[in-house]
Amino acid sequence: MNPTVRKWLFLAVLVVAVIIPQLITNKYYMNILIMSGIWAIVTLALNLILGYTGQAQLAHGAFFGIGAYAAALTMLKLNLNFWLALPFGAAVAGFFGLIIGLPALRTKGSYFAIGTMCFNIIVTLIIDRWEGLTNGSRGLMGIPGFAPIPLPWVGEITFKTQAAQFYLVLFFLLLTIFILRRTIQSLVGRSFRAIRGNEELAEALGIPSTKTKLLSLIISCALAGMGGVLYASYIGFLSPDQTDFRLGFNFLIYILIGGIGTMIGPIIGTLLIVTLPDALQVAADYRMFIYGIILVFMIIYMPRGIMGALQDLSNRKRS
Amino acid sequence: MEAIMTLQELTRFFGGLSAVNKLNLKVQSGEILSLIGPNGAGKTTVFNLITGTLIPTQGKVFFQDQDITRLRPYETTALGVARTFQTTSLFYDDTVLDNLMVSYRCRTRMGFWDALIQTHRCREDERRCRQKAEAILELIGLQERASKLANNIPHESQKRLAVGMALVTEPKLLLLDEPMGGLSEEENSSMMTLIQKVRKQGITILLIEHKMKVVMNISDRVVVLNYGQKIAEGPPMEVSSNQAVIEAYLGEGYAEA
Repeated sequence: MNPTVRKWLFLAVLVVAVIIPQLITNKYYMNILIMSGIWAIVTLALNLILGYTGQAQLAHGAFFGIGAYAAALTMLKLNLNFWLALPFGAAVAGFFGLIIGLPALRTKGSYFAIGTMCFNIIVTLIIDRWEGLTNGSRGLMGIPGFAPIPLPWVGEITFKTQAAQFYLVLFFLLLTIFILRRTIQSLVGRSFRAIRGNEELAEALGIPSTKTKLLSLIISCALAGMGGVLYASYIGFLSPDQTDFRLGFNFLIYILIGGIGTMIGPIIGTLLIVTLPDALQVAADYRMFIYGIILVFMIIYMPRGIMGALQDLSNRKRS
Repeated sequence: MEAIMTLQELTRFFGGLSAVNKLNLKVQSGEILSLIGPNGAGKTTVFNLITGTLIPTQGKVFFQDQDITRLRPYETTALGVARTFQTTSLFYDDTVLDNLMVSYRCRTRMGFWDALIQTHRCREDERRCRQKAEAILELIGLQERASKLANNIPHESQKRLAVGMALVTEPKLLLLDEPMGGLSEEENSSMMTLIQKVRKQGITILLIEHKMKVVMNISDRVVVLNYGQKIAEGPPMEVSSNQAVIEAYLGEGYAEA
């Protein structure tokens, strides 16, 4: 796809996204859209370390949850404003990315995957057992919502309606895309992809692999944490379930279906998998079963997901 | 002439087996030095020990009088030692130009925040990368293939690209591991021209190569390894008539042919 077509397509999608809250008045559907916006942020974040840097990180549920809990606790216990809690939550998640990345990134491939997954299980256990701080399995209730933004003279922007909450999430989704695009298209992103392509060669060319992977992991975790904060304030409730490692597997599925290592793939994957079952009224019991079948077929016939298959198609047309 | 690199009693064991054994070697600044010997003689291990891919069991590596024995590969590259791999290593899913551009990353300083707010440094580093990549593209003669995927160019071009990527890192010493492997007679000579061009730029070259015609032609000096030990060292003609070298590597037929 050439850049002009891509730009217009992006604008068209943006216009549709802006109009959507005016068209859909059903609260249930709006809720699904807002949730898929939040999941898309976290999935995009995972794609940076997984798709662009080639490290199978399976602790994204933990980083999402750490960001959410860090913000929720500071809002509840220290009365921190949402707009301060948001960067704080992201920073704490990023910091944990650093802490866990230092030992875990010494391992490669499936060892790294298993190591990060174990870390996730430990995080969930700690949050579940540390009742004094986290209220354990009863969870945190009454987490403050999105705080209004005061504007001089005109008053303030509030986020009481679903439409406003939708726009807020949309803004952060666009911010995430912006940050990732800038990163990936820069030399920093080039070095990430070099590590994915051939780590030994990258090191021989003077790219420090551990430091580079660590940077990718920290950015990825901080953005996941930001998604967690949005979730906490939107839903108003958190329990250890929101840090579960199975969340990370959900994000992984969204990425695999949408297209690993592409910018739009994770968003498409998230939208499809989050909205479709609800739209089709499929009972939740069968959801994992259906995911499984879809995944098997995808991996056999479209190993690079929907976006990968589209790319192949357009390449074939050109040559 | 002064030595650009010195190997001192360099030794590496794998289990009880010595891959490299008490190797002493001085690489003179500006020369083309070839490292030859039978398969398993430890040639590639020497490269791995120099670059820090492997840490020696004993001995030291000095580069420009600096001890680099325990430095990691990316650190030795930053100091000015670049290498290519025996199995042509490229970023196969990227274009030729992208392969060269990312190779200049080690000479740039921009980071995540520079990228995010598009600082002057970010744009400047990007520009320098492109400039360097294009200069090397011309040197290795791949301008017409710049936008092709590395996977889709001929084998000879891939070999040139690998050398080009090492050159982008601005080395003072270039380690080439069988740059002519799998090339035809004709391609050999064009690769040789490239290597000579590189040497003219003042870059010292340490070469592993099996093709004796090439080695005899291009090298200033030759070092022969056998079972991890140096069995001969000297000008090509001298080494090729050395009885020990003929027995270990060249074979009886070589002297007659």
